[in-house]
Amino acid sequence: MEDRLSEVFGALADPTRRAILARLAEGEATVNQLAEPFPISLQAVSRHLKVLERAGLVSRGRNAQWRPCRLDAGPLREVADWVAGYQRFWVERYDHLGDYLQRLQRDQERQEG
Amino acid sequence: MSGNLTVTMPSDLEVTMVRVFDAPRALVFEAHAKCEHLKHWWGRGNPLDCEIDFRPGGGYRFVEHAPDGADYAFHGEFREIKEPELIVQTFEFEGMPGHVCVETLELTEDGGRTTVTSVTRFDTKQERDGMVASGMADGARESYDSLDAYLRTLAADKGVSGRG
Repeated sequence: MEDRLSEVFGALADPTRRAILARLAEGEATVNQLAEPFPISLQAVSRHLKVLERAGLVSRGRNAQWRPCRLDAGPLREVADWVAGYQRFWVERYDHLGDYLQRLQRDQERQEG
Repeated sequence: MSGNLTVTMPSDLEVTMVRVFDAPRALVFEAHAKCEHLKHWWGRGNPLDCEIDFRPGGGYRFVEHAPDGADYAFHGEFREIKEPELIVQTFEFEGMPGHVCVETLELTEDGGRTTVTSVTRFDTKQERDGMVASGMADGARESYDSLDAYLRTLAADKGVSGRG
């Protein structure tokens, strides 16, 4: 589980791969369709897809001619949960800071006023 | 629910958090530097013991007393301080000794509002995964909402011009 998480984080570390995933979040696509928006070769896109497949984030259809790519959300969910957990900690903390800063400023205004 | 906090991962060893506060930078900076302020927010509403020696080479230790009776202790040292714009500090959760990460906080002010950008850097994948195992992601499965939100941050974070 943790090794896979590392694999997923590694796959997500590249902006082109993140963009490919974001595109696949909208629906299946062929390699050609995926390559369209990027100023890189089809081979480079294929290489990125292999990394994403290894991390279990993308699966390929059976149709030999097209082999459309599909997003597999499972591993991404683990990462999202991890990020969400991390985020929860800090959202609470920073929400308290935000409230406290408001209070501080009101007190300052009262003292000056 | 992520108020106005955005969390992204610029690399597999870094987590970046950005939050905007409706307060001038000097005040936000001071809120990070003195126990009298930290006690009001760092414990997330829980009582906090606070010791801090706010200067490069100095250190801090916070103990948060959670309602369930558990104490969470954190400590670290300050590596670099530039008032009112930069704090670089180490951060270690005492429940997981030896896992040290480095936090860089940058404060920028615009029109009376302050943006705090914090980058947490883990030394190794093991450290980061240790953080995962420590219950940072305490399995509170947030359904597909968190996934959607996360994908949106991925999309916003493309760094290449994809479909807009």
